[in-house]
Amino acid sequence: MTQLKEPNRKNETTKLMTLIQAINDGMRLILAEDNRTIILGEDIGKNGGVFRATEGLQEQFGDDRVVDTPLSEAGIIGTSIGLAVNGFRPVAEIQFLGFIYPAYEQIMTHVSRIRMRSMSRFTVPMVIRAPYGAGIRAPEIHSDSTEILFTHMPGIKVVCPSTPYDAKGLLIAAMEDPDPVLVLEPMKNYRSKREEVPVGKYTVEIGKGKIVREGSDVTLIAWGAMISIAEKAAEQAEKQGISCEIIDLRTLYPIDRDIIAESVQKTTRAVIIHEAHHTGGLGNDIVSIINDTSFLYLRAPIERVTGFDVPVPFFTLEEHYLPTPARVVEGIEKVLHF
Amino acid sequence: MEHNYPIKRIVDDKGFLVDMSFQKQIDEQLVRNLYYHMLRIRTFDRKAINLQRQGRLGTYAPFEGQEAAQVGSALALNAEDWVFPTYRDHGATITFGKNMATTFLYWNGRVEGCVAPADKNIFPPAVPIATQLPHAVGAAWAEKRRGTQNAAIAYFGDGATSEGDFHEGLNFASVFKVPVVFFNQNNGYAISVPIEKQMNSATIAQKSVAYGMPGYRIDGNDCFAVYFETKKAFDYARSGNGPTLIEAVTWRKGAHTTADDPSKYRSEEQGKNFVDPLIRLELFMKNYGYWNDEWIQAAQEKTTSEVEAAVVEMEKFPPPNVADVFDHVYAEMPAQLVEQKQAYLAHLGRL
Ligand SMILES: Cc1ncc(C[n+]2csc(CCOP(=O)(O)OP(=O)(O)O)c2C)c(N)n1
Ligand SMILES: [Mg+2]
Repeated sequence: MTQLKEPNRKNETTKLMTLIQAINDGMRLILAEDNRTIILGEDIGKNGGVFRATEGLQEQFGDDRVVDTPLSEAGIIGTSIGLAVNGFRPVAEIQFLGFIYPAYEQIMTHVSRIRMRSMSRFTVPMVIRAPYGAGIRAPEIHSDSTEILFTHMPGIKVVCPSTPYDAKGLLIAAMEDPDPVLVLEPMKNYRSKREEVPVGKYTVEIGKGKIVREGSDVTLIAWGAMISIAEKAAEQAEKQGISCEIIDLRTLYPIDRDIIAESVQKTTRAVIIHEAHHTGGLGNDIVSIINDTSFLYLRAPIERVTGFDVPVPFFTLEEHYLPTPARVVEGIEKVLHF
Repeated sequence: MEHNYPIKRIVDDKGFLVDMSFQKQIDEQLVRNLYYHMLRIRTFDRKAINLQRQGRLGTYAPFEGQEAAQVGSALALNAEDWVFPTYRDHGATITFGKNMATTFLYWNGRVEGCVAPADKNIFPPAVPIATQLPHAVGAAWAEKRRGTQNAAIAYFGDGATSEGDFHEGLNFASVFKVPVVFFNQNNGYAISVPIEKQMNSATIAQKSVAYGMPGYRIDGNDCFAVYFETKKAFDYARSGNGPTLIEAVTWRKGAHTTADDPSKYRSEEQGKNFVDPLIRLELFMKNYGYWNDEWIQAAQEKTTSEVEAAVVEMEKFPPPNVADVFDHVYAEMPAQLVEQKQAYLAHLGRL
């Protein structure tokens, strides 16, 4: 089984942090260390971001490094490209993933393609951060989970941490990556729990998943806000004597194929959970990976528990859109009693 | 840079007429209509904030301070015109004919809150900034193609002028000479970003020059200036002359939304030079003999009971229907969605 080498945190100074504090801490460290870093976005300066991700950063580093931009996502991403090809390391905040679409052309056509089109003469080492997901009773259109628009896009990496530790480590890895990285931050997890996070610098490798629960009967594959749903489902299943293994994918592109293959070959069953729409969801790529690597090990067809093929509903109905532990348990039962 | 867009006013901060040419057009009916609707939507707005604090409403975007801009413009429309509001323009849409209880439902996470009465062309509020401007242009263009006298109004904020959709909407409207009025409420801030950081131009009105259309900068807290300038722009549009850009200078007195804390980015002192639009109209009414205690009291009682009744209606509204998650995405539901819906309803049945 793939065992990730987790850094030994005992000897390090750590601090209790929420996911949003860990993001803030990661940016603060790199701003201090690398003067090429520049943070851009709407309301990120004095206001510290609508979720407070950039709290205190403008005060500490100045308004030419932590920049409140005009209200224009295409402008933020387009100018970040120019900054990045000319020696800076932009970190662009998009206020909500549901508002990234005006910048879609810049990302699809340029962020992801300049390296190829210039044969690496120009590169775009930038980070785009965006809160995503439903379940916090936000007003309409603030709850999209459209990661596959970006995993489908060659030339950009996509990560999605579910814990404070991974959030800081993946963000720093993204900021140091030679290529553009989209960091999707589950809003639901921003303040849902605290954990000990090293105060110093560390990275979590992009492209590596993590086993967050070991089990033998079925592999649950999830990321972001769906990890806690998978965990609750695993606890309920355990009462029926079913042992679930959970993979937190952490990186959505490039996907850790090895961790999926090893786990599924061991458990022989898989349930994939994502809050994005069913059709064209990342679950399909994971099914393909299992098909390519582990088909003959399977004892049941793979189940997908996902959002439906509908726009994310208004908040009074969002619980009926999002996967629930009960739906995941049904998926688990289905693969076990096939 | 110098600009040619001084703020146009009809009534000053103390409630005195500064433009006498409107003296004849202002009568008791208009004055009372403006006051009544401003009072009505203010009562709604304050109630909504209270309900949110009590946990009876979701996140809410208040508009206190912008009542003259919203009521003055909405009253200038014809009943058949099209309205394209943002999330902050429910004062305008309620004035134009959207149901109050429906509006409360919108802020309570109910999609029913997007639905306007069948005889009113009110679009669901635009949440992604500036996206509604091209929609208004298209709807107005359709009216022009059909040869009607109807026009459209697009409401938007100062921050919206930074998005591409703002520029694309204005350009299309002027190229195709479409009967649309771009009604900007410059309330000084886009969440925490003040207008000086949003743009380097001294006014929003001057952006009209680039698109070859008339632009007017008006005192957005002067309900008469708003009403008459909007009417003028609509007359111009209905006569086949094309679009107008109006910048109504106003002030958002409260938070961006109930989730926002304005003390993070602006001081209490800011905005003190804006005289509240209702107070201004009150001063005007007292100065010119329109103030009548009995009428005011009756108006207060009527608006309060209307708002209270709307709260009751909102809270008595039937609970959300799970089928609505699936039922309004396509005219004819594709087979795979039918399957998802049936599987989910069956799942709920097993719980
Ligand atoms: C495309 C897009 N980007 C960002 C947001 C988040 N957002 C909501 S309101 C707002 C500020 C809008 O300011 P302005 O246009 O001045 O309107 P106001 O809120 O002042 O009425 C922002 C940035 C959004 N809704 N849509
Ligand atoms: Mg504004």
